[in-house]
Amino acid sequence: MSRGSVRSVMLALAWRQLTILRKNPSLFLPPMLFPLINFAAFAGGLSQLRHVPGFEFKGGYTSFQFVFVLLQSAAFGGVFTGFGIARDFERGFARRLMIASKRRSGIVWGYALASLMRWTLVAIMLTAVALVAHMQVGGNGVDLFGLYVLALIVNVAGLLWACGIAMRFRSVQAGPLMQTPIFILLFLSPVYVPLVLLEGWIHGVARLNPLTYILTSGRGFISGEPTDVAIAFAIAFALLGCLGIWGLRGLKRAEQVV
Amino acid sequence: MSIAMRDVFLIAWRSSRRTMRQPAAVIVPLTFPLILLAVNSNGLKAATQLPGFPTHSFLAFFLPFAFIQGALFAAMTAGTDLARDIDTGFFNRLALTPLRGMGLVVGQLGGALTQAFLQAIAYLAVGLVLGVHFASGPVGILVFLVLALVIAAAWGMTGIWIALRTGSGEAVQSQFPLLFFFMIISSMNLPRNLIEVDWFRDAATINPVSYMIEALRSLVIEGWNVQALALGFTVSIGAVAVAMGLASIALRKRMTRT
Amino acid sequence: MADEHGIEVWSLVRTFKDVHAVQGINLRVEPGEIYGFLGPNGAGKSTTIHMLTTLLPPTSGTAFVAGFDIVKDGPAVRGSIGAALQEAALDPYLTGREHLRLQSGLHGIPKREREERGDELLTRVGLTRAADRKVQTYSGGMKRRLDLALALVHRPRILFLDEPTTGLDPQSRNALWTEVDRLAKDEGVTVFLTTQYLEEADVLADRVGIIDHGKIVAEGTPEELKATIGRPTVVATPKQAEQLEHATAILERFGEPTRASPGATAVMLNGKGDLADVLRALDGEGILVDDLRLHAPSLDDVFLAKTGRMLEGEEEQSE
Repeated sequence: MSRGSVRSVMLALAWRQLTILRKNPSLFLPPMLFPLINFAAFAGGLSQLRHVPGFEFKGGYTSFQFVFVLLQSAAFGGVFTGFGIARDFERGFARRLMIASKRRSGIVWGYALASLMRWTLVAIMLTAVALVAHMQVGGNGVDLFGLYVLALIVNVAGLLWACGIAMRFRSVQAGPLMQTPIFILLFLSPVYVPLVLLEGWIHGVARLNPLTYILTSGRGFISGEPTDVAIAFAIAFALLGCLGIWGLRGLKRAEQVV
Repeated sequence: MSIAMRDVFLIAWRSSRRTMRQPAAVIVPLTFPLILLAVNSNGLKAATQLPGFPTHSFLAFFLPFAFIQGALFAAMTAGTDLARDIDTGFFNRLALTPLRGMGLVVGQLGGALTQAFLQAIAYLAVGLVLGVHFASGPVGILVFLVLALVIAAAWGMTGIWIALRTGSGEAVQSQFPLLFFFMIISSMNLPRNLIEVDWFRDAATINPVSYMIEALRSLVIEGWNVQALALGFTVSIGAVAVAMGLASIALRKRMTRT
Repeated sequence: MADEHGIEVWSLVRTFKDVHAVQGINLRVEPGEIYGFLGPNGAGKSTTIHMLTTLLPPTSGTAFVAGFDIVKDGPAVRGSIGAALQEAALDPYLTGREHLRLQSGLHGIPKREREERGDELLTRVGLTRAADRKVQTYSGGMKRRLDLALALVHRPRILFLDEPTTGLDPQSRNALWTEVDRLAKDEGVTVFLTTQYLEEADVLADRVGIIDHGKIVAEGTPEELKATIGRPTVVATPKQAEQLEHATAILERFGEPTRASPGATAVMLNGKGDLADVLRALDGEGILVDDLRLHAPSLDDVFLAKTGRMLEGEEEQSE
């Protein structure tokens, strides 16, 4: 590995992020707690919705909601890392990174890797809790692999979005800009009931929402009835591509002022 | 005006002025609950088809949620602002005046209540424009507003207690998941009798937030439910009293002046 | 009986767990006096001022401020004092004028007088034009001036200033010194001022107490304190580095060696000659000098003599 290569920068930064997390376990709490609270609220509090006429989902309401919460945790896991990037800029640490890194794109990928690794722990915790809550898993190993890969992509996409914002604004005050669009996108998908049971304007919006396909495909994986797989992955990779450009362009902007 | 009233008025004046001059503290709590109201009231509309659901309008059912979420934001604002005062030494400046401790605590609510009042007007206006009909009539709307402010005072005082106890804005923010948990593990999304999962229903039953929501909701969809209102007001006033008691204990430890 | 314009401190102690921040200090500040409390970071200055302003109860000992016991009569003490503490402690979202309105209201100044008093103080500290701007737009010097105005709003008899000029540019610092001096001389306000700047204590204070590790190590007027050291220092820098040793030997005829910067030699004169004699001796032995100076004793020299360390940023001297 050559000094200053993208890979070395990426690994060094990911190591730093994880060291911070290891020394400050409380930083781990928000990305862990929110998905668990949401899972409890949705799967626990809204399970009656499966009795609504037309609610056809093989896997049970717990797994129905698990997929949404998993994707939500993935997306917001990326956003939380974005907060950290903004803080690094505010505290001047970003300048150190820029000076030290020969290949600066490694900085973006380093944050992405750290976000992925952190989210993996969240996903493990979430999965364990869901299984304890008797979540029905209809899918086989390949299906579940597909589900987690989708979620992984969403995590990186979320990070790239937040990274682009963080590098353009270089302040934690841009936090709402990082999380609000993601939040709206998530909640304008079929969160509580399948798409077919949504009425009015929200049905139309959800149909156009790219996350709807990822969510539907994820639910198909967990119930063992894969649905819209090709389109879901196409959208996921397209998001990754577009947001990757967004994130790297953000880095270019930051380079001009640091 | 008595000295105590003067102190409260001056601190409240300052607190509300400061809050209104922070756009993020005003705009986000105003818009975010409305966005969620729009999304959830449509996304969960199917719930009205469940046997025993008390109304045909999920918007009417869900309207109180905006006020509770707004109160949560008010708590964060009140707590963070006071924590900042402690951090910057402004708290010491106030301690050097004849200001009585409780005057500070009660006065700090001024900002939270100003914010909550503006929010309440906005949420009510949106609800009425979108066709929510108050079964309790115009007097019910006034009672609704009063109760909403008492609820905001309870949450705001909780934020103040946390600030006095920890002296740190970050610590106040880190309590957000816990307060969010209280908000969400309640009868926010479905009536308690329609919550299928036992532990969730039991948790919602002992959660005081459920009674706050149900009291507000009763004014919208039922009319004059004396029991619901009595419970709602008792719980809210009780929460204010408990939080104020805790805040005064924390204040005694924080303000070590002789 | 303790004076209503003065400060008396008796064996004041403050301990935090196993940190002895203040270890039994005694002092007295006369009415109308400017008392400078001088010491390095961590010496106990701010802890002392927090106790005297009733923000922190002492572990033991007592003090009377404006004639009131700081432990038993906290509210009365606070009513008699003004304080500008180490942090400017201002609300960034309020304007200068709003700060004054709040402070004067909390001090019970009648409504009809508040505006007039606010205007008077804003004029006095030179903030009239900025009065209606939010404090977040103020410079550091402006914030300090507002801080001072807020401390004076209720016409206190005693003023506590905790490192009031730290971080200020020379112009702002001089302006603050002028105002503090005027308060003491013209209005008879007693001023208790903590500082780590020698010049501030030297210029402003009528009397100085030097504190180190929680104890007062010296006290007196600046002149008295310097006189205890008594002797000026001569510092010579030879033109040729190899003549340093020879120059040192010559200077040692006139006094005791003392600390000097690299390439120079210094002695504290012991009365066996003055600067002219030193110069003649050096010249007589063919020592050419780049620089020859006479230093009158400073408060730093006093601190050094009492503690073995320089006050302003030097390393500890070995015994």
